[in-house]
This record gives sequence, C-alpha cells and structure tokens, in this order.
Amino acid sequence: MNRRIVFNIIGRMIAVEAALLLLPIFVSVYFNEACVTAFIITALIALAVGLGFMFLIKPKTQVIYAREGYAIVAFAWILMSAIGALPFVISGEIPNYIDALFETVSGFTTTGASIVPNVELLSKGILFWRSFTHWIGGMGILVFIMAIIPNFTDRSIHIMRAEMPGPIVGKLVPRVKDTAKILYLIYIALTFLQIILLVLGDMPLFDSVIHTFGTAGTGGFGIKADSIAGYSHYCQWVIAIFMMLFGINFNIFYLVLLRKFKSIFKSSELWCYLGIILFATATITLNIRSTCAGLEEAFRLSAFQVSSIITTTGYATANFDVWPTLSKSILLLLMFVGACAGSTGGGLKVSRVVLLFKTIKQELKNMIHPRSVSTVKFEGRTVDERTVRSVGSYLAIYIVCFVFVFVILSFDRYNIETNFSAVAACFNNIGPGFSAVGPAANYAGYSFFSKLTLAFSMLLGRLEILPLILALSPATWKRK
Amino acid sequence: MRIIVVGCGKIGTAILSSLVAEGHDVVAIDNIPSAITDISNIFDVICVCGNGADCEVLKEAEVEKSDLFVAVTGSDELNMLSCFIAKKMGAAHTIARIRNPEYNDASLGFMRHQLDLSMSINPDLLAAKELFNLLKLPGAVNIESFSGRSFEIAELKLKDGSSLDGLSLIDLRKKFKGSFLVCAVLRNGQVYIPDGNFVLKSGDKIGITAAQNELPKILKMMGFTGKKAENIMILGASRSAYYLSKLLINSGQSVKVIEIDRDKCLEFSDIVPEATVIMGDGAQQELLLEEGVTSTDAFVALTGTDEENILISIFVSSQNVPKVIAKVNREELSSMAQNLGLETIISPKKIISDILVRYARALQNSLGSNIETLYKIMDSTAEALEFSVSKDFKYVNIPLKEMKLKPDTLIAGIIRGRRSIIPSGDDVILAGDRVVIVAANARIQNLTDIIR
Repeated sequence: MNRRIVFNIIGRMIAVEAALLLLPIFVSVYFNEACVTAFIITALIALAVGLGFMFLIKPKTQVIYAREGYAIVAFAWILMSAIGALPFVISGEIPNYIDALFETVSGFTTTGASIVPNVELLSKGILFWRSFTHWIGGMGILVFIMAIIPNFTDRSIHIMRAEMPGPIVGKLVPRVKDTAKILYLIYIALTFLQIILLVLGDMPLFDSVIHTFGTAGTGGFGIKADSIAGYSHYCQWVIAIFMMLFGINFNIFYLVLLRKFKSIFKSSELWCYLGIILFATATITLNIRSTCAGLEEAFRLSAFQVSSIITTTGYATANFDVWPTLSKSILLLLMFVGACAGSTGGGLKVSRVVLLFKTIKQELKNMIHPRSVSTVKFEGRTVDERTVRSVGSYLAIYIVCFVFVFVILSFDRYNIETNFSAVAACFNNIGPGFSAVGPAANYAGYSFFSKLTLAFSMLLGRLEILPLILALSPATWKRK
Repeated sequence: MRIIVVGCGKIGTAILSSLVAEGHDVVAIDNIPSAITDISNIFDVICVCGNGADCEVLKEAEVEKSDLFVAVTGSDELNMLSCFIAKKMGAAHTIARIRNPEYNDASLGFMRHQLDLSMSINPDLLAAKELFNLLKLPGAVNIESFSGRSFEIAELKLKDGSSLDGLSLIDLRKKFKGSFLVCAVLRNGQVYIPDGNFVLKSGDKIGITAAQNELPKILKMMGFTGKKAENIMILGASRSAYYLSKLLINSGQSVKVIEIDRDKCLEFSDIVPEATVIMGDGAQQELLLEEGVTSTDAFVALTGTDEENILISIFVSSQNVPKVIAKVNREELSSMAQNLGLETIISPKKIISDILVRYARALQNSLGSNIETLYKIMDSTAEALEFSVSKDFKYVNIPLKEMKLKPDTLIAGIIRGRRSIIPSGDDVILAGDRVVIVAANARIQNLTDIIR
C-alpha cells in the first residue's frame, strides 16, 4: 500500500475543497449574512489541513494500484464530509455536529435526506453550501481534481473507477485527464442551461441555482418546505426533464456532441431506462387519476415523481406518501433500480439490473440444456465473465449491507415501513422515503446512532460499497 | 498525436509504454480480453478488444482520425492486412511488423509499396544488425550509429583499475590525442552530461562519440579491445540468429550455432550452409565446453527465453570468454542481469520502441529541423538525436561557444557531407549539416529546443 500518495492526494482534495468554499463565501457576502465567518474559518481549516497533507507527506512514487484507488476515494469522501459539516456547526444553524454531518454526507452523496425541520429558516449562504455539496458530489470531487491538476498520476483510472458509479467505467478519450475534463464540461454546460431555463420561467435566480444544483447532482435539497410544488408548471417540467437527463450516462451526451447517433441507438441501457420511465409514468398516471383534478395533473405529477425517484433525486411536487399502494410500490422499486451507470444518479443502476436479468436468463437456459455454452451480451458486445460475476456479487454485498443497516435501525422507534423506506432512500441516495420519512417529513426524529448509520449507508450507496469496505478492512493496509 | 497500436504482446506493450510517456493519445487493440484489461490498468490509453483487421473494430478505435497506425501482432499477415485496411480507412501513416524472412527479401519493397506502408519493421533483423555492430567492436557495451554509419556513439564500462580512473576530461584530452568526445556518464543510476572538469571513476559507464573509422583506434588506446570478434558462438537457431549469421559470414567471420531442436537445426543449416550447426542442449555446460566455448571470441545467447539466456551467459562469462551478449526482452530482468555482471544486453523490444518514438516525434514536428535518428542511450537515461539542419535554423554560422545551450544538453557531433566533426567551441553549424545532440532529462522535439 502506497500510503504516502493516498494521503497526498487526499490533501490536494481538501485544498480544492477550501477553494470551493469561496463560492458560499461570496454568496453570504452578497446577501450580507453572518454565516460568512463560519465559511472563512472552515476554508482556513481546510487549507491548513490540505496543505499540511500535501507538503508533509511526499510520496516516494506516483504509482497506484486498485487498492490505493479505493482507499483514496473512501477517505477523501469521509474527510470531505467531516470538513464540509463545519460551517453548519460554526454558524450555529445546525448546532449538533452529528446532525450537520448527516446533512453534509447527505449533500455530497446527493441523497437529499434532511434533518432540518424548517429549511426556510436557514440563511442563504448555508442553503447555497448545502445544495452546492450536491453539485460537487454528483460528478465526484476526485474526477474534478483529475481534470484540473496537471501531472496527477499515470494510473488515475483506478481512482476514476472507484469514484464513478456503474459496473464498467469507460473512457471517452485515451487520457483519463481529458475524459474527466469532458465529463465536467458537459456537466457544467447542462447546469448553466437549466439555470437559464428556470430563470426564463420566472423562478428567482437564487432559487434557480439551488434547484439546478439539486437536479444536476440528482441530490434533492430544496429551499421550500413543499419542495418544488409551489413553482409554476413550466418550472416543474424543466426540472423533471433535467432530472431525467442527469440520470443518463454522460457518455451518451459526448456521443451526441460527436454526432454519433447510431451508437446512441445501440445503447440498450438508455432504452431500458427510458422504457422504465415511460411504463412507470403511465401506470401511475392511471392509478392516481381519480385523486387528481384531471389527466394533465395526474400525468404531470406522476412524471415528476417517477423522474425524481428513478434518478434518485428526491424532489417532490406531491406527497406521494398518500398515493395508492400500487403507485407507492412502483416508486419503491424504482428506488432500487436507480439511474444509468456513468450518470450522477444512485441506486443499483439500470445496466446492472439489465445484466442481472440477462444472467438469470442464461442460467435458466443452462438448466434446461446443461451442456449449452453461451455468453452474456450487452450493448452489442460480449461482457466478460468477471464483470458478470462482479455484478452478481455486487447484488449480494448490497443486500447484506442493506439488511445490516435495516436491523440497526430497528432499534429505533419507527415502524417497519418507515425504516425500510428510510434505508432504501439513503442507501440509494434518494432522500425522502415513505410514512414518517416521507416527502412531507424529515429524518430529525432518528437517534444520533441511527443517523450515523444512515449517513454511512449513504456513503456506501454513493461509492458503491466496495471502496469503503476495502479501505476499512485491515488486509488493505497490511505492510506486504 | 493520435496513435493506434494493434497487438499488446511484449513488443506492443513496450511501444505503448514509450508512446504514452511521450505524451501521445494512444488506442490499444488486442483480441485477448485479459491482455486488454491488464493494459487498461497500467497505461493511460483507450483499449479496444477485437481483431485489428476488422473494420468495425477499427471504426470504434477512430482509425480515420489517427496520425499513426502500428500493427505488431505475432502474425505478419494480420499486421499487413490491418495496416492495409487502416490506410484505406484514413490512417495517415501505417507501420507493420513483418518478421518472416520469406517476406523480408526482395519482395518487401513491392509489398510495402502495394500496401502503402510507411515503414515495415523487423525486430529480428534490427537486433541482428545491432549485434553485428557490437561484435565488430567488442570493447564497447553498446554502439549506436548515425547517418551513413559515419558517426557512432560507443558506451564503455570502466572496470576496476582502468587507466581512465581518476582522470578529468581535460586530462583525458591531453593524454589521448584523437578526436572524440565523452558525451555522457552514468554513475549509480544517475546520468551526467559532463564538462571538462568532470572526473571519471572506475565503475562508470561512459558514452564516447567519434567518427566510425577512428573509434577502434581510440578504444584500443584507452585499453579496450579494438579488434573485431572472429569466432562467434550463437545459442538458439532463432530468426535473429539467422540474420546475424548471414551478416557475420558475409564479412568473413566464423559462426557456430547450437540448437536443441533437430528440425530447426536442419532448416538452419539448409539456409546458412556456411555455419556450423550443433544439435544439443546449450544449457549443458559439458556441451558448451566440448564445442570450445572457452576459445571463442564472442558468445551470443538468442534463445526465446530470457532466463535461459541470462543464466547460460553468466556461465560463459565465468569461462573468460571476452564478449558475452544476452538477448533479454523483459526490462526488469535486464537490469537484474546487469547487476549479475552481464554488461551487454540487447533487447529487440527497446530497439523497436526507440524507432517508433523517433518516427512519432518526426511526424510531430512540422518545423524545419527534422529528427533523423533517435536512440535512448546509457540504459535509457539519456537520448541521442540526429537532426538535419534546414535553412530556417536561426543559429546557423554562430560559433558553438556563443550559443547558450540548456543544461544537460550537448552538441556531440556535426556531420557535414562525408566528414564527421567532433565539435569544439569554434565550430559552427551550417545549413545542410546533420547535428547529433545528447540530452538528459529533457524531451528535445526539434533543434531549437536545445537553445536556452
């Protein structure tokens, strides 16, 4: 294990976080708010820690392997959250550190689960930082660092693989650095486009920026108690469509830029994703029609909610907790499916689900014709056996961790529906669940221990479990 | 520059590694998924899994945008076919590895023309040429020659008790009259571009540039063997052994080849009847002694296994054979072999990646001065480059002492027509000259890069 480079890179990450804190500083200066001191203190702490790591721990070699990649990503995310929570505590707006940590982890992992009883009481600077964490966490801070720091390391593909979600991480261009740049440029362009479209719909600029951060990272922090419901239908549609866009694999956008429409047509993940959205929206529309004022409203509400849940954003325009059981079940299933690989969304990822179904089909065929030999194909090419196996084992680890968190939560005071949906909503980085943690409620009622557990499960979900588990297991750190 | 490399075997990997280090955008193609996975873990390249002659695969690798297409799979036919298709699909330059001797005769020019190949490379032939060069001057550890073979860099190892030990370069000049230049010194893994006050120590590896016809004399003066090897024993009847034997026999040296496989022995003696072919296991010391290894001038181990080459060479060295050369392909093994006392190691992989790096660099610079030759010297710690000087070069006709060079760069030689000049401060560069530069720690792209 090359520990020096692990800490050195984490140091650079923290220094970059300090630089990113400049944005909320500007915002709070602009609105003339007291929380500016909290941000300045945090930025100075981050700068000191980051530079300390960078200059005191010089790596002997730049070479990293898969395990260094996992360790860097895991510890970077934990430390980033620990520091990102400080402004909430120092400004006194979320006085308890564990609450603040929950909120920050929820922000960086783009979950959007909140413990703040009334967000409308928070100051604008704090609200900005809270949503900005979504934007940073959505594409990943280490990918950002790869894009901006020259001579990062030759083998940064290991870091990229550990941070980017999905079973296979493909590069767009030969260099990791250029790939990271392209991804961030697409991300930034889409972000600006959405802000402009929202402002054109008469949403105030500050609100537009906040909601765009929430949408882009597929996070879901808002600034209103009723989430998006209070805005015009136009704004709701803009947000619904952009949520769906940010749930698409970013490689697809690159192919659009290159005008390779033929390759886009071949992407079975994209078609499955759109198919699921269409099917779920149609079913829910029919199911909730009687409770709505008309077909248009039923369609609008179901499309928004489906798009919000499948991309694991967690914005709401309706309290879906009071919807019929069929609609709620569909939403619960969508929570697990999640968005496409290589997007900013969470969940199992559509490509994994597709691969799982294909493996099941292959296994069944194999039982009927025991001597048959076949391979699993995906997007027109053979998936190698290790990837197929890793998808299967990912599901197994996923279930084990899920059950573990679920059992820990049972010590708390809520019923099974609340707990199950809370774990599903945190693990898959969605935000709101059902019942006591539904879209109209929040996570404030859980004990500190449960909050920590949930925060950990959010990290597990965002980093797709393995980096955290591997980085925390002693075998990785043995001096061998 | 965008470069596609087909085939990720030993040679392919070496090429990838040096091209990535040069800063090119590289796409690797191989049809073995596990090989491709390994490559994607080690190098910052895009990997495409599939047949390099398949249009779909080439389309995915964006061959139409590529500046250079290199095919180095194990099969000559596949290399030729994929280069042909790539050229038709829009690759700017194509290079194929063609190593079958049957293709490397008179038909090569015809095929290269028909397939529109920019270059064909034959690692075995290149290795044989390098070996031949070394055997002409056994005193040197390594020799690289420049344009028209008129100018050479020889790497020498200063043994304990060498007469050069403790001499500064100024004293060296005084002691040995003759036109030569010590252009680089490798000491404990660190390379130095020395000035006149630099003091040599035993254990150093030094690089000397001189005109080709002067070099044997200079080496002899300094106490190294200046005579060429007459009796050579080769282990393994490989392709490079075939090319090497041809070269040696043509220049009147005698060759004995030891090979374990009967069919290979027969084939070899059929195509090189002048050589003595012995069937037997070269790993048996008894056999080597019986065949008179102790009285040969040089021993070359060219079997397909690095380990075998190294171990047998170590044994032969212990029998006081003046020159022992081992072919070692894996880089990590070659540094270990040097630690074990083998001075001269030759690696076809390195020869090829040097050639490709040079080719890519030459393609890249559209400026007046073009790279003609590039060698990585002194265990790849420094580079020796040959440029042709165009009219546009700004420092024409200025005495060298007035030019401000970057640190760790040296003008090691000027080739003017047929004359090679070992430059002093008063010499000048003229348009039409070829200039040999030695540089460490810098990537020299064109001739103006050496000026501060």
